[in-house]
Amino acid sequence: MTAAGWIKRNLFATWWSSILTLLMVALFGIVIPPLLQWAITNATISGTTRSACTDTGACWTFIKVRLDLFFYGLYPSPERWRVHAAFLLLIVSTVLTLKAPMRYQALAGLTLLVLVPVTAGVLLVGGVLGLPYVPTNAWGGLMLNVLLTVVAGVGGFILGIVLALGRRSRLPVVRWVSVCYIELWRGVPLLTVLFMAMLLVPLFMPRGVTVDNLVRAMLALTLFTGAYMAEIVRGGLQAIPRGQVEAATALGLRPWKVQLFIVLPQALRLVIPGVANTIIDLFKDTTLVSIVGLFDLLGVVNQAQKDQAWLGMAREGYAFAAAVFFLSCLLMSMLSRMAEQQGPDKAKHRA
Amino acid sequence: MRISPRDLVSQALVLLALALGFWWLTRMAALNLADRNLNFGFEFLGARAGFDMPFKLVPFTPNSSYGWALFVCFLNTLLAAGLGIVVATILGLGLGIMRLADNWLVRNTALAIVEVIRNTPQLLQIIFWYVAVLQALPPPRAGLQLPGGAILSVRGLNLPSLNFGPHALPAALVLAVALVLAPWLWRRGRRRVTLRAAACALPVASLALVAMSVTSIEFPALRGFNYTGGFVVPPELLAVVAGLSLYTSVFIAEIFRGSIEGVAKGQKEAASSLGLTKMQSLFLVVLPQALRLMIPQVTSQYLNLTKSTSLGAAVAYPELVQIFAGTVLNQSGRAIESMLLVMGIFLGINLLTSAFMNWYNRRVAIVER
Repeated sequence: MTAAGWIKRNLFATWWSSILTLLMVALFGIVIPPLLQWAITNATISGTTRSACTDTGACWTFIKVRLDLFFYGLYPSPERWRVHAAFLLLIVSTVLTLKAPMRYQALAGLTLLVLVPVTAGVLLVGGVLGLPYVPTNAWGGLMLNVLLTVVAGVGGFILGIVLALGRRSRLPVVRWVSVCYIELWRGVPLLTVLFMAMLLVPLFMPRGVTVDNLVRAMLALTLFTGAYMAEIVRGGLQAIPRGQVEAATALGLRPWKVQLFIVLPQALRLVIPGVANTIIDLFKDTTLVSIVGLFDLLGVVNQAQKDQAWLGMAREGYAFAAAVFFLSCLLMSMLSRMAEQQGPDKAKHRA
Repeated sequence: MRISPRDLVSQALVLLALALGFWWLTRMAALNLADRNLNFGFEFLGARAGFDMPFKLVPFTPNSSYGWALFVCFLNTLLAAGLGIVVATILGLGLGIMRLADNWLVRNTALAIVEVIRNTPQLLQIIFWYVAVLQALPPPRAGLQLPGGAILSVRGLNLPSLNFGPHALPAALVLAVALVLAPWLWRRGRRRVTLRAAACALPVASLALVAMSVTSIEFPALRGFNYTGGFVVPPELLAVVAGLSLYTSVFIAEIFRGSIEGVAKGQKEAASSLGLTKMQSLFLVVLPQALRLMIPQVTSQYLNLTKSTSLGAAVAYPELVQIFAGTVLNQSGRAIESMLLVMGIFLGINLLTSAFMNWYNRRVAIVER
């Protein structure tokens, strides 16, 4: 199709469509130039103080001088390689798990679920093996959002599998406990769960036992995400034809082996898109910890825009945070689409 | 059904573990409360609140009780949720229609809006509206005059308010009855035009009745540094409604698009081969089926929005979480009771809505033959 043909068919097919096109172009003409002027043409990024900026454009200098704060919070700069190492470890092991040949995938998955969190935790906290100790109240910025997402995502996924199996159990008590748990958490806002973790956990602990604030937030996010993951996994479990269970039972497999080796592997492959969506939602929701006193990316931006030396930088700060979240979420949904298409025996399955 | 002893034992173990966990939690809580000279109970709801609510729909003073405060902030939560739902639905339908447009530019503009909004955190959007937009508005003396006498300034949106005369209450009752009666008449009047005309005229006439009971309209006026008169929508509420409704609208748009596209193609083809016009096929064939697909999903979005009104706490909008998990909890030290109340209310809203939706879905489900 020629360019002119495409334009005619897609922009000026009818008189009504032509009017719409012209209207949209006019709207863009009004909105986009001032926006570009603010964000690019009149913007400043040089210098290190407020005085470098003009009033007519964005002051990206504000972002530049705080970039480290936005990404790592107060994590000491000589130790930041540990943050990088921990996340690199995570990415490499995830890719290895997805790319591993079918027969090693379970092993790789198990490593991802057990070994990686322990190693990453040791790396980040330190205090052993000659690594200086970094208290969790120094952790902040985007690093905290990613960390909370990873912890609650992995923990919630495992919890979700257990709950989903529980909801389909033939034992009524197990079934009802799972249903109550799932509906309870899905019925309340995440913010109240976070408040509960912050305010009530100390009340339910023995005297003298304190739980770190960050750990409480992790706990709240994990318990909350578990309920949502359970419903996603249940959808996958329901999609597995009964014949699979019957065939496996006929082959003499015990019930737990039927679930573990026959039903779950097939179900989990089906739920990749749902799980990915839940994790993307979780990543966005980790910003809620800024309300209960942790300094994630949003919390740091909230704090930075109140700085007396940099008043009036709210737009720059929030635009930056929004851009970071937007790109991360877009990246995650692209990755999930790739993982979905990559399933080892997809072609055979569909045929 | 046979119950094997093994099943019995494993279920008993689950129950035992639960009971033990519950016992441990209550025991620890009792010890900790005793340490702080507190006991568990809801009597504090009768005590004097001692704080003022910056925004309220019904009278509230520092002398009111905590229990009344609970009701007042519950109303504030409902108000934010209700406004959010209305705005989100309108915007969502608009965006959804744009997403289905034949025009490439319209379709993809809508897609870009949807992608940007749904990939940024809701809380960030609310705070952005509050800090970067509403707090950057001009001060009251330079407020933006909007059509209809409304004024937008850094203090919020000042709307003209209506003063009702003594006949307002009966008129409102008539309107309520008319609104209930109209759909019923409309359905009854499938073959009788007079009934349909009555179904249209009844709400209009009763609305006129309500309008006639208005004695005067009060416009906001600048006195000193602020406005007096009229109704003030605080910037906190505006930010919450803007953030929640925009965020939810993109999900509604996608649901709308998905449901329309989810109606089998054969249905549309059959409609056009029966000689129905494009509009007839849309309203008589596609939409009724698409609505059945849409309603459960949209309801879950409405519920999400209602739960998300708790994010109002970030901009100090006086809703349930801000007041009860914040002010009241700090003042009275009643952490367990306050959290139970707040979570219980949200849970109640959720369970009631789900129960209603299950009933409704059974009622409208297409019976396959």
